[in-house]
Amino acid sequence: MTKLTDLTTKCSPNWCPGCGNLAIWGAFKNAAVQKGWDNSNTAIVAGIGCHGHIINFTRITSFEGLHGRSIPVATGIKIANHKLNVFAFTGDGDCLGEGGNHFIHACRRNHNINIIIHDNAIYGLTTGQTSPTSPHGYKSKSTPQGNPDYPLNPLALAIASGATFVARGYAGDIQGTADLIVKASEHQGVSILDILQPCVTFNKELNHTFYQKNSYKLDQNHDVKNKEIAFKKALEWGEKQIPLGVFYETDEPAYESQLPQIANNPLIDNNPERKNLTDLFDEFT
Amino acid sequence: MAENTLSIKIGGQAGKGIKSAGQMLAKLATRSGYGIYTYTEFPSVIRGGHNVTQVIIGEGEVNAPTMGCDLLIALDRETFDRHVNEVAENGVLIFDENNSLDTQKVKNSLNLCPIPLNSLAIEAKDVELLENTVAIGAATAILGGDISVLENLLNSEFENKGNELVEANKKAARLGYDFAKSKYPTLIKNILGKKADPEKQMLLNGCEAIGLGAIAGGIQFASIYPMSPISNILHVLAKYQERYQFVFKQPEDEISAINMAIGASYAGARSLTSTSGGGFALMSEGYGLAGITETPVVIIEGMRPGPATGLPTWSGQGDLQFVLHAHQGEFPRIVLAAGDIRESFFLTMKAFNLAEKYQTPVVVLIDKNICDGDQSYPIFDISNYNLDRGKITREKNDSYKRYALSEDGVSTRSFPGFGNFFITNSDEHDEEGFSSEDSNNAISQQKKRMQKLASCENNDMEKPELFGPETADVTVVSWGSNKGSILTAIKTFPNVNFLHITWMNPFPTGYVSDVLKRAKYIIDVECNYTGQLANLIAEKTGIIIPDRFLKIDGRPVFPEEITDKLSSILKS
Repeated sequence: MTKLTDLTTKCSPNWCPGCGNLAIWGAFKNAAVQKGWDNSNTAIVAGIGCHGHIINFTRITSFEGLHGRSIPVATGIKIANHKLNVFAFTGDGDCLGEGGNHFIHACRRNHNINIIIHDNAIYGLTTGQTSPTSPHGYKSKSTPQGNPDYPLNPLALAIASGATFVARGYAGDIQGTADLIVKASEHQGVSILDILQPCVTFNKELNHTFYQKNSYKLDQNHDVKNKEIAFKKALEWGEKQIPLGVFYETDEPAYESQLPQIANNPLIDNNPERKNLTDLFDEFT
Repeated sequence: MAENTLSIKIGGQAGKGIKSAGQMLAKLATRSGYGIYTYTEFPSVIRGGHNVTQVIIGEGEVNAPTMGCDLLIALDRETFDRHVNEVAENGVLIFDENNSLDTQKVKNSLNLCPIPLNSLAIEAKDVELLENTVAIGAATAILGGDISVLENLLNSEFENKGNELVEANKKAARLGYDFAKSKYPTLIKNILGKKADPEKQMLLNGCEAIGLGAIAGGIQFASIYPMSPISNILHVLAKYQERYQFVFKQPEDEISAINMAIGASYAGARSLTSTSGGGFALMSEGYGLAGITETPVVIIEGMRPGPATGLPTWSGQGDLQFVLHAHQGEFPRIVLAAGDIRESFFLTMKAFNLAEKYQTPVVVLIDKNICDGDQSYPIFDISNYNLDRGKITREKNDSYKRYALSEDGVSTRSFPGFGNFFITNSDEHDEEGFSSEDSNNAISQQKKRMQKLASCENNDMEKPELFGPETADVTVVSWGSNKGSILTAIKTFPNVNFLHITWMNPFPTGYVSDVLKRAKYIIDVECNYTGQLANLIAEKTGIIIPDRFLKIDGRPVFPEEITDKLSSILKS
């Protein structure tokens, strides 16, 4: 049993008032209480960016790594101990800019990890430059004349790269986001959850009002098994045209389930002591 | 044999089985009771281009390649053109009699041994690919080897590929053997005769030794992106992962490789990654991440000449200062350098213990000559090795602090899932791992980390080996694969000694200083442009070594070159 108070630390959140990260943090803690995640069964990894501060405010064993590298660290943790629930928190710059290569390969490998993208379409921690998901024409400190680049679509990229669970949430909807985090964790295989997260300080366009006005929940008839429909839905964007929910989910063997070495117990429980290697050495004679 | 060793060169087009012919000759020798060393040169292509393998055979341990050879097997004209002048007085040249070689340029003392390699290969099984086996059969005859040893070898080498191929190879070997034996009876020397009860020997290259060393050292996880010259490490690890219950993962790049290894290590697995200089450039950020997060990781860095792509299939020693300084800021790094295949094996085992004991990255540097060369050794004895996992708690403890300050700088590790809360943090952090920018904390955490290097120096660092007399007219200082050539060369110089350095950081300053202070004349030998070890010695000891024998062409330092250098020093 995990209680909300079990998850607090000596540090108070230092995100800006109204920051979408506060809501994602709340949603994650709600999901943790619901599922009983604690220091006996869960590890979280973060990259660098505003999202990364989450490790200081959440009392679950964590690893804050380098900018863009939360996914490979999470992958290593999962292979070493696949009994752990592993969450990789990352941002749009962290995951899709600096760590883009790791993202597409994590999608195709189906490690049973949960990748949660705090997507605010801006570099917040470095005080407001254009990110890989900033809209075309968007004005920021790095694009004062308007962004000449076109944004990357994380959901479409995930589906095309072979991810087996692809979903989008909106941070302001804390309960909806918590539900999606739970669903992502229950999926056996890689889960990509892109969370639209307003940066109230530096991104004046993609704010709470914008998302509240323009997002809608995928209806119950949406066929999550249909990749083509999922892809089509992933391409939707615009006025009243931002779908939220699970876009795609399919069952494929998770990476860890394919390794005979860890079929019986986690890798860290396999005894590393190998005193007798006579047979092995004989093969080299 | 010249100076008790015999050198055989086999050359031909890439893809014609040059390397496997060398392997066959090497195993013929080891199974007959001799020691061997092989050296292979090849371009960065899979077919086409010129390949040459050299097998040096001797009594006991053979440590180095030679410039010349006693027997040249030329499977094509290019091999003849390039290497015929390297054959020693009274040496032998085996070649295809249908290759119209310009034998005018052959010196008189050379024994020509034309063999219908192509037609005998076709007679054996209608394929030219067996030319190498025919040539090995002929060489076996000329060297007085035992054809049954070769046949047994072919049985075991090809059994996985089907009986037909085994028989074809055996037939090809026999045809070459019989032809040479009946046609050139006067050339036959009794060099490779099978000894009674030869000691069982391992025959392996540096990459294989590192793979085996990792298995013996308790590896649980490896992530390696392929790159010359270390790809064979991953081949070994991938092959044996199921049998020894560890996991090898091929990641998308070297950045991922080191971060996966760090993640696995954080979760409790003994982890390794490996790359060459170019890949290490990408790993640099993860290197420091392991440093500040105090996560153990073993990094094998196989050197080839850079920068950038450089000479991808050749050898170099240009990355010493790179691994000593890579990454921003400062953190404790342990850097070791192996001098031969056996050292690669044992240093890899040691690196795992050091990494976990000091919770920091340990680099083992090797150069391509070690990665790709084969050498024979008696079976490695691992009975003295004890796995050291360092300070670890598996207990739940509510007051657990991951980065608790301690006298030796090492704190107790816990792993996720054991119930303890802790943050492993790339930001400067307090004892629990929370991000902290507090001045006093920053000082105490950095001091704690750096203290680990001093602890390692006091408890684990070994002094370098000094070969030869305590005092000598000339002292050679070197590292890496130059070791074998220097040891071979100084056999004929009783007044020369050799300081072989394997610990680069922490550095055995006191001992190196003592040896060099009493040296009458010092010569530094390295395969880089600036003399990176000599510069390190200057930095640590204040001793400047002006005379530096530096090679930068990717080729090994040959014993003959050391001999020439020493002779000229001693003359002046």
